Amino acid sequence: MMNNRKLYFLYLVLLCGLTFTACRKDLNPVKEEAEMTVPDPSSVIKGFYLVNEGNMNMNKASLDYLDFRTGLYRRNIYGKVNPEVVKGLGDVGNDIAVYGSKLYVVVNISNKVEVLDVKTGKKIKQIDVLNCRYITFHKGNAYVSAYLGEVGDPKAPRGVVVRIDTATLKEDKRIEVGRQPEEMAIVGEKLYVANSGGYSPPNYERTVSVIDLNAFQVVKNIDVAINLHRLKADQYGDLYVTSRGDYYDTPSKLFVIDTKTETIKKTFDIGVSNLAIDGDKAYFYSTEFSYITGGNTISYGVLNVKDELFADQKFITDGTDKNILIPYGIAVNPFTKDVFVTDAKDYVSPGTLYCFNSAGKRKWSVTTGDIPAHFAFIY
Amino acid sequence: MGNTHNKMIRNKYAFRGVNCALLTAIAVTGCSLLVPQNLKAQTGAIKTLKSDSLNKVNQLKEVQINRVKVTRRQTSSTPLQILSGAELQRLNSLSVADAVRFFSGVQLKDYGGIGGLKTINVRSMGTNHTAVFYDGVQLGNAQNGQVDLGKFSLDNIEEIELYNGQKSTVFQSAKGFASGSSLYLNAKQPVFEKGQHDHLTATFKTGSFGLINPSVRWQRKVSDKVYGSFSTEYKKANGKYKFHDTNGAYDTTLVRKNGDIETMRIEGGLYGKLPDSSEWSAKVYFYNDEQGLPGAIVNNVYDFTQRLWNRNFFVQGNYKKEAGRYNLMASAKYANDYSRYLDPTIVKDDGLTNNIYKQQEFYLTLSNRYKINSLWDVVLSTDYQRNTLDANLYRFPYPTRQTVLIAVATEIRLNRLNIQANLLGTLVNDEVEQYYSAGNKSEFTPTVMTSWQPFSSKEFRLRAFYKHIFRMPTFNDLYYTFIGSTFLKPEYTQQYDLGFTYIKVFENNWLSQISVQSDAYYNTVKDKIVAVPGANLFRWSMQNLGRVEIKGLDVNAQSVWKITDKLRANAGLTYTYQQALNVTNVNLNYMHQIPYTPLHSGSVIGGLDWKNLSLNYSYIYTGERYDQSANIPANYVQPWYTHDIAFQYNKQLTSKNIRFSAEVNNLFNQSYAVITNFPIPGRSYRFTLSYSY
Repeated sequence: MMNNRKLYFLYLVLLCGLTFTACRKDLNPVKEEAEMTVPDPSSVIKGFYLVNEGNMNMNKASLDYLDFRTGLYRRNIYGKVNPEVVKGLGDVGNDIAVYGSKLYVVVNISNKVEVLDVKTGKKIKQIDVLNCRYITFHKGNAYVSAYLGEVGDPKAPRGVVVRIDTATLKEDKRIEVGRQPEEMAIVGEKLYVANSGGYSPPNYERTVSVIDLNAFQVVKNIDVAINLHRLKADQYGDLYVTSRGDYYDTPSKLFVIDTKTETIKKTFDIGVSNLAIDGDKAYFYSTEFSYITGGNTISYGVLNVKDELFADQKFITDGTDKNILIPYGIAVNPFTKDVFVTDAKDYVSPGTLYCFNSAGKRKWSVTTGDIPAHFAFIY
Repeated sequence: MGNTHNKMIRNKYAFRGVNCALLTAIAVTGCSLLVPQNLKAQTGAIKTLKSDSLNKVNQLKEVQINRVKVTRRQTSSTPLQILSGAELQRLNSLSVADAVRFFSGVQLKDYGGIGGLKTINVRSMGTNHTAVFYDGVQLGNAQNGQVDLGKFSLDNIEEIELYNGQKSTVFQSAKGFASGSSLYLNAKQPVFEKGQHDHLTATFKTGSFGLINPSVRWQRKVSDKVYGSFSTEYKKANGKYKFHDTNGAYDTTLVRKNGDIETMRIEGGLYGKLPDSSEWSAKVYFYNDEQGLPGAIVNNVYDFTQRLWNRNFFVQGNYKKEAGRYNLMASAKYANDYSRYLDPTIVKDDGLTNNIYKQQEFYLTLSNRYKINSLWDVVLSTDYQRNTLDANLYRFPYPTRQTVLIAVATEIRLNRLNIQANLLGTLVNDEVEQYYSAGNKSEFTPTVMTSWQPFSSKEFRLRAFYKHIFRMPTFNDLYYTFIGSTFLKPEYTQQYDLGFTYIKVFENNWLSQISVQSDAYYNTVKDKIVAVPGANLFRWSMQNLGRVEIKGLDVNAQSVWKITDKLRANAGLTYTYQQALNVTNVNLNYMHQIPYTPLHSGSVIGGLDWKNLSLNYSYIYTGERYDQSANIPANYVQPWYTHDIAFQYNKQLTSKNIRFSAEVNNLFNQSYAVITNFPIPGRSYRFTLSYSY
């Protein structure tokens, strides 16, 4: 008798508990979303992929695609096409590029280069590279810069450039460069990589390493300035290299290196956070933290890379720049001269992609994934 | 069983689109009503059958009932929740963190596993607004302002109290007035009955995650006026557990790695009484651990190499004189903390990243109370604190902070009305050895609180409080290389609370006692210190940017049942509703619910005692929420709910006691994470064997 009552009481308690359990939604992969921009049916370029970095530890790197001809902007392509990949594209998408029929996405914290079919976005393979940062291509090979050659070896602080055969999609050789190498560019048969040394302030690196691609070895280090980051080549054989400075006493600057002499030919006393070179113009923005105001100061500008002078031009003329919290990615359509600028906002919210026409007027804007950052045009 | 159940639910499309959490709320209310009614109905049936034996029971009950008193829980003018003694012992809890999940208005930020960081966020104001006190003195952390509750074992804890606002007394240290909410951990104090000279408790715990956890507590009567206590504990676990991850398309089971931990705690106390009936105590605490740090589970990263070492030492003394018109209370504390962080994935030019942080704290408090008459008290409390932080970081300024707190407070006690008010002055001075300091700050903040018994019966009381308080920017906020900003102002909160407490004792009924407390509140957080991005991912800076508006409702109900002499039961539930909206920037996630804050959450605890056996069941529910500021599908996080069960067996052998308990946590093996990508263990087991005299 007593037992029954006890059971009844227990049953009630359990019933209460189980009532709560009645509400966990089915889990589904996050769906692709689409948004319309302004179509350009006669566009020479098919469109572009945009990789959203996603904030560190959130595993929210994602891939968007804009079809110029239909004007359709699709978010989260990777998740839609590859839902079976455990934990998806991964953590902090750091670079993207197309080579041949394949799309390469460098995912920094996930220690991998994802190789996708450029038409469908379907995953073909992943190549593991620890702490990889940027990618570039030359004569059938991919070159990936990575912060460290090996983790856990206190005597191995230097980074590497890894060569990947794009036919086999396997790493075939790697060479050590400076500490924490960042962006790379190829001029002729040489690869130039900007070393930062960002792990060891104030002992930053100061050099651009020059790699002979035939021998695949470092042949020279060009002394530039501390904590280098961006490195872009123009059509005249010059490299535009940014120094981030030390964020305190040494300001950030932009340097121009002549690859014929491998010396600095010009210095701009302006902190360039990111830039995109198209023809004779380099479009840039600058985000500088001020210890005077405790806030960021943002500016936008254009450089003439032929004469290496500031151009009297703005690529945002309609005041939209006031709405951009943190400009992050920048790209230029080489045919229409439209400029694409992304706003990463607070890094933990969906970003915005703006398209400005050649007169600097906003054509359209769309919502992106978190930290929209790197572009790859598809021809 | 869990699987079948889930499948059933999946087919119930009717539940879709309905606010699930709302159902929960209804369920909670339903349960609380259902249980008593059904049992009452049964009571009636039994009565007619066994009236004779019941009369005897009733006589016993009456004796019992006279002992039920209106407690602090009812009279406190700020919401107070307590877990203590046996209640705490029978709850499936290894650390203080496990226990605080059963309080309403609380979110535990849990990074998972035995060693994972666990901090408390009360009423969505943020972790740094809750002060944690150990035996009356605050556990400080000037570096980041957070206390890892997972590091505090329940082994030597007698009682955990959570006050919203502040402790409902004016006779306390100035620190007691200085936080948005306060968590008090009170260590077990020696109690000796006649003829007793010492007590010993030896406990051994083991179970999942390779847990080995022996502890010993010894209490000794040194003299009639002086008691001593010594407690030590060792804990080791490999921290490994399987976890499950799915997005609906992929479905994988992985093993959590690098979650090992090894800890040692030694604690000693002396408690004494002086001839004038004033009391003193002295305490020494030492804690040492080494642990792996399992990071975020992201694509392609499932193992980790980071490690952390901690060493905490403190010594404190208290003196309290409460007799007469003039009362005095004083405490002093010295704390020395060391922590070392090793990250082999970041190799610098001089080797692996190896950060060492050393903190020291010196604290002194003096509280004076003067009883003007039997109804009116005035209090003056003054605290002084000095904190230093050393770190082997680049461009580290080596800050020293001196804080002076002065509180003037008064309390008026009328027959049915209690009013307390205080004004707190905070003076802070930061000095650095190099670079820039945050300089001086001074703030004056008030609190007013009241508790009122509107009717002649003591069962029902109303209460309300208003509190304006702030938290200082921590050393990390101000001085951490690259990130810290010395421009920071304090982060302010305002709290408005209105609630009631009700307690009812029943005679001649199976339900012998029921108590309910509920509070509605409105909080605002202004100048919230948030990390704001700079030019790249490595370059964040701290700024006073955030603004949050919080509206909430807390419910806490407890019931005690006496079904027969031998069969007793208790049931309790908590429910929390919190709308915490980001009102920082009209252009960015404006009026979105802040991250990791569910609208609905709650818990249910049920216990049964029968002779030497007891059974405890607990259930925790956390509703759907978002893991980032934008309330969009990509940031949606599923609700989670866990069922825990514990069995206990007590054997009394004259003056000796043997206790055995077996616990199953997360009975239905639900996979979930409190913090995205930091998975919580599935079903786990724990066994405890304890011997005491």
